[in-house]
Amino acid sequence: MNIYVLVKQVPATDKVKIDETTGTMKREEVEAVINPLDLYAIEASLQIKEMCKGEVNITSISMGPPKAEEVLKEAISMGCDRGILLSDKAFAGADTWATSYTIATLIKKLEPFSLIITGERATDGETGQVGPSLAGQLDLPIVTYTSRIVEINNEYVIVERETEDGTEILRMRLPGVISVTKAIGEPRLPTLKGKIKARDTKIDVFDLEKLGVKKEEVGLLGSLTRVVKVFYPKVSRAGRKIRVKDPEEAVNSIIEFLQERGIL
Amino acid sequence: MSREVIILGEVRKGNIHPVTYELLAWGKGVSEKLKTELSALILGYNLKNLEEVIHYGADKVYYFEHPRLDIFNPEVYAEVLVPFIKEIEPNIVLAGATTTGRTIMPYLAGKLKAGLTADCTSLDIEEETGLLLQTRPAIGGNVLATIKTPNSKPQMATVRPKGKKPLEKDTKRDGEIEIIKPYINLNFRIERLDFKPREEEVSLVDAEVVISGGKGLKEPRNLSLLFDISKLIDSSAVGASRAVVDMGWIGYPHQVGLSGKTVNPKVYIAVGISGAVQHLAGMMNSESIIAINKDPEAPIFQIADLGIIGDALEILPILKRKLEERKNNV
Repeated sequence: MNIYVLVKQVPATDKVKIDETTGTMKREEVEAVINPLDLYAIEASLQIKEMCKGEVNITSISMGPPKAEEVLKEAISMGCDRGILLSDKAFAGADTWATSYTIATLIKKLEPFSLIITGERATDGETGQVGPSLAGQLDLPIVTYTSRIVEINNEYVIVERETEDGTEILRMRLPGVISVTKAIGEPRLPTLKGKIKARDTKIDVFDLEKLGVKKEEVGLLGSLTRVVKVFYPKVSRAGRKIRVKDPEEAVNSIIEFLQERGIL
Repeated sequence: MSREVIILGEVRKGNIHPVTYELLAWGKGVSEKLKTELSALILGYNLKNLEEVIHYGADKVYYFEHPRLDIFNPEVYAEVLVPFIKEIEPNIVLAGATTTGRTIMPYLAGKLKAGLTADCTSLDIEEETGLLLQTRPAIGGNVLATIKTPNSKPQMATVRPKGKKPLEKDTKRDGEIEIIKPYINLNFRIERLDFKPREEEVSLVDAEVVISGGKGLKEPRNLSLLFDISKLIDSSAVGASRAVVDMGWIGYPHQVGLSGKTVNPKVYIAVGISGAVQHLAGMMNSESIIAINKDPEAPIFQIADLGIIGDALEILPILKRKLEERKNNV
């Protein structure tokens, strides 16, 4: 069984700098890490590998600058088998449609697979759109917000999906796409063996030519949406701070506050 | 007449969900500027009160009725919606940034090759071009970005629930309800085997009051105080900081913040949460914020409307008692 896991490199710090004229992130100035929510996608793939007793081949896929190779190495150190990086200047500035299109084009070139796994969303763009868009473009079924993998075989996967109203138990015929949440389980740490493997594994890089697409189809040029303005939100709240010696008094102010807003 | 603005209504457990009415308010805001019709798409089975969709602002309701549309399934939804959208060629399609909207919209956008913006907190129309201006927070709410879809239709967006109040209900409003009985190929690939309803009465994202706990609660068992208090406040739910979720005090569905849920209730009560940027990202758009924390320097106080510097473990039991007294006196 082949599994593809999508991972993204994101800026590590909370103090990301934005170029206000172009509206893009100044990625060079901040440390880059693997998107924390993608660790759960990797974890899910490794859980499946255990459930299937070893006949599973996991390929982690990323798109980004050459430096994004780091996140693929990290995935391998956790237990993935190999990594593929989509990297070309022409891929830069892609919106979720163009990103999904680029990844879809790659996946069509690779071996047949059973499952594509993504995280819930990336902590920089925060859209969560690439998984479902990819499924749409590849005409695959998708389960989002997957919180548990119950059972998997070559025909189908049974998963739990968290919604606002409760938990659905779904059976999806394979191949398909799942996006997983943190509820899937604590991601395992890289092992020493994994780190050695990551060091020795060559990441397969696909550029524009190798992918076989035109530059108008990908990156900013291939994107359907455009960022027209980026600005910093003004958070101004007329806060009042009450220092309480007496908890009763604090409680009274809370109750009053709730009454003023029609809650009580 | 230019092409219409469409909202994708949401149906949960056989009822039209209130987010549908918020979407109509969003849709009205743009359809009026474009001087065009506002339509609502409703997918379901045996639904009642469809006229309410008109009362809340729709000029037209397209109601797709089929037993298999009873629950959300992205494949079945897409089978109905893709040909429909291709046929009527709407200008704009809006849906809620809910688990349903955030699944079906990108799935459709992928199939339709349409531009889509996630989780918008503001929508407008650009005067010169008539294009939809979609503003959304990104990077943990550190920035807002305005996005447009210049060259393709429809322009699609999901909007954050509770970001707008529904319009005043007007029972005299007129509108058309078109009932469509679609043919659905039953050989789809996802099947719901079972459903376990959530134990809490109100979901975190729908709650009007969210009371969240952090490390300041000291011990996992103190979280039960929050649940006790939540039971005494109508339409409230319990949230948590990432720290306590990661320590296993409470499940991930309760996590508020950058790697958890985004909420914007009427009142957010942060108890023993210092207010890391990642947490603020998930709650700073709440209508109002109460913070209870021992540390007067905690960043949460910078955005709190009511900041109480004190020990949550002294305050919560009294709050619980007073709320109980109020309940018993009613």
